[in-house]
Amino acid sequence: MKSTSPQFKENARAALANDTLQAALNKMESGFVVNRAAAAARLPEFEALRDQGRDIKNHTLDHIDFYLEAFEAKVREAGGHVHWAATAEDARRIILEICRSVDAKTVTKGKSMIAEEIGLNDFFEANDIQPVETDLGEYIIQLRNETPSHIIAPAIHVLKEEVAETFHEAHSHLDPARSLEEPRALLDEARAELRQKFIDADVGITGANFLIAETGSSVIVTNEGNGDLTQTLPKIHIAVASLEKVVPTLEDATVLLRLLARSATGQEFSSYTTFSTGPRRPEDPDGPEQYHVVLLDNGRSSMLGTETQEALRCIRCGACMNHCPVYGSIGGHAYGWVYPGPIGSVLTPSFIGVEDGRHLPNASTFCGRCEAVCPMRIPLPKMMRHFREQVFEQKLSPATERMGLGLWAFFARRPALYRWATGLGIGLLAVLGRRRGRFRALPFAGGWTQYRDLPAPHGKSFQQQWTAKGGRRAREK
Amino acid sequence: MSESRPQVALFVTCLVDLFRPVVGFAAVALLERAGCTVSVPAAQTCCGQPAFNSGDRADTKAIAAQTIEAFEGYDYVVAPSGSCGGMIAKHYEELFDDDPALAARARDLAGRTHELISFLVDVRGMTDAAAAYDGVVTYHDSCSGLRELGVKQQPRALLSAVEGLQLNELPGAEICCGFGGTFCVKYPDISNNMVGDKTADIESTGADTVLAGDLGCLMNMAGKLSRDGSKVRVRHVAEILAGMTDEPPIGAGTAE
Repeated sequence: MKSTSPQFKENARAALANDTLQAALNKMESGFVVNRAAAAARLPEFEALRDQGRDIKNHTLDHIDFYLEAFEAKVREAGGHVHWAATAEDARRIILEICRSVDAKTVTKGKSMIAEEIGLNDFFEANDIQPVETDLGEYIIQLRNETPSHIIAPAIHVLKEEVAETFHEAHSHLDPARSLEEPRALLDEARAELRQKFIDADVGITGANFLIAETGSSVIVTNEGNGDLTQTLPKIHIAVASLEKVVPTLEDATVLLRLLARSATGQEFSSYTTFSTGPRRPEDPDGPEQYHVVLLDNGRSSMLGTETQEALRCIRCGACMNHCPVYGSIGGHAYGWVYPGPIGSVLTPSFIGVEDGRHLPNASTFCGRCEAVCPMRIPLPKMMRHFREQVFEQKLSPATERMGLGLWAFFARRPALYRWATGLGIGLLAVLGRRRGRFRALPFAGGWTQYRDLPAPHGKSFQQQWTAKGGRRAREK
Repeated sequence: MSESRPQVALFVTCLVDLFRPVVGFAAVALLERAGCTVSVPAAQTCCGQPAFNSGDRADTKAIAAQTIEAFEGYDYVVAPSGSCGGMIAKHYEELFDDDPALAARARDLAGRTHELISFLVDVRGMTDAAAAYDGVVTYHDSCSGLRELGVKQQPRALLSAVEGLQLNELPGAEICCGFGGTFCVKYPDISNNMVGDKTADIESTGADTVLAGDLGCLMNMAGKLSRDGSKVRVRHVAEILAGMTDEPPIGAGTAE
C-alpha cells in the first residue's frame, strides 16, 4: 500500500475539518471504550490473563523459528501447503499463482489487514481477478474505493446515511425507491448481494488471528460468519498471515482469544471462532479441496531482537486506537498507511522507514492510555520514544525545532545560568502580561497562541522569591 | 529528629518556577502542614522531559544526572506534578542502562520521589488539609500522575474534606487534555481539538473552577478557556488545599 504518512499534518487538518468523520469518531468513547471496560471488569482474572498473554507471545517470539517450522510440518501432515513470503511482492505472486492454477475469476475475502498490507485487491484487479470483500465494513469501503480506517471496524469513518447512498449507487439493479434508513435494511441488502458471490467464488482468502503450531490450524474470529463461508465454500482456501501470528498450542490460543474479544469489542467471545486444519478430508461434508497458508515476513523478522520486538506481540484488537485521543481526533486515514493509532505509530516507521513515518510516533501526548489497555502490555509510548530518538539522531525533525531544543538544553544543563536567564525572561513577560494575565499572541509561540491564550507569569520566579525570603536550600543536619 | 520530621526536597518543576510560583509556595505550606522540613535545592532546572520526549537522549541524561546529584541525601523528593514526578520515578533509571553506578543512584532517587498530593495522603497520612473554599470545582486527572503514579483518589480525598467545596466529577476526566509537552506546539490542530473536547466537558459540569495537579495541563486548559471567553477559573489543586487563592487564577490578570 502506498503511504501518505509524510503528509500526516495535512491529513490531520483535513480530518479535523471533515464533519461527518468527526461525527463518526465521537461515538467511539461511548461504544468501544465503555464496552471494553465493562468486559474487563466482569472477568476477575483479566489482569492476570494479560500477563499470561504477554508471556505466551514473548516465549513464542523468542523461539519463533522453531514454532513456525513446527506449524509448517503440521499443516503438511494435514494435507495443506505452507508458502514463505519474504516480501509483499512474494506474497502477491504466490497468491496469484494459486489462483491461476484453478483459473480463478472471483475471489471472496474475509477481513485481513495483511491483505491490505500487501495491496492484494488492486493487484487482483490488475490481473483480471475480481476480489469481493465479505466483511460488511470491508464490503462498504470496497464499494467506496477506500481503505480501512480502523483495524477491526474498517468503515468506522462512514456514517450509515453514507452507506445507504453507496448502496443505492452500487446496487443499481435494485428498486431505487427502497428504504435504507434502518441499519437492518443495509445488512440484509449486503447479505443478499454477497450470497451468490460466496457460491461463485473460486478461491476464498482469509487472514488468521492465530496460527497454532501444535495442530497446524489457522484461526479466524468474526461476528458475521462471512469468514466461514469464505473459507469453506470455494475449492481453495488461502490463509494469509504474518509470521508473528503463530502460537505454540491450542491452550495458548484460547488465552489470547479471551483477551482479544474483550479488548476489541467488549464481547466475551466473538460470534464465530473458526479453526481450519488442512483441506476437506474424505469424511468431511464440506470444506475446500486445497488449504494454503501464505506466511508473510515483510520486515517483521528484522524487528526480532531489537527495541521494537515487543510490537510483534500485537493481536490486532484495536483497543489502543479506540482509547487514543489523537486517533479519536483524526481517525485512521490520517496516519497514512495500513495500521493507524498507537500500534500504527510503531509499525509504520518499522515497515516504511523512520523518515516517511516520522510524524506518527511524534504525534502523541504520551498520555499512556494505549499501554494501559493493551491486552498484550506492549509499551507503546516507550516504543514511540525509541523512534523519536531515531528521528532526532538522524536530524529528520525541522531545524528550528532542534535549535530550540538545543538552546533550552544548554541552559537546563547549567542551573546557575538557567536561574539567571529564566529570571530575566520571566520578569519581562510578567511586566508585559500582568494586567491581562495572558497573551493572545507572542513571538515564537504561534504554535501555542494560534488556538490558546498563554497564561502570563505573575512576577518573579519561585527560585528568585525563595532566595529573597531566605528559604532553606539544603537539608537540616 | 529525621524520624519524626522527614527532610523533603521540593522539586519545583520548571513551569511552576517560571509561570506559577504560588504553586511552589502552596506545596511548601502543605508539606510543612504534613510535618516535613522542606528545602529547595538550588541546582535544579527541569526534569528533562522536553529532551526525553524529543528523542534527545544525551541532554536528557545530563539533566537527569544533575538532578540525581542535586537531590541526594533527602528522605523524600516531592514535585507538585505527576508528570515531572513520573519522569524521575519511572524513567530516570532506564536512561543509565550503560552506567550501573548512576542507574543505582537513579533507582534510589526513584524510590524517594513522589507527586505532592499522593505523598501527603499515602505517605504522610493526611486526611484533611484544613482548607476552605466556597465554590464548585471539577477535577481533571493528568495522564502521567494517573497512569504512572496512580494519583486518582488522593486529590479527591483531600478535596472532599475542604470546607464549603463541592466537587462535580468531570466526564472524561481521565482523557488527555491535549497538552503533551511539545506536542501541543508541534501538532497544534490536533491538540486544539483535544483541549476543545476537554473544555466542553468542563463547562458541562457547571463548576466555577477546574483543578488539576499538573501546570502544563492547567495552562493548556486555561489558555483554551480564556480564548473561548469562558468564565471558568483554573487553579492547581495545591492552591485550594493550601488556602492560597489570593493570586488571580491561571491566565487571569490583575485587571479582572
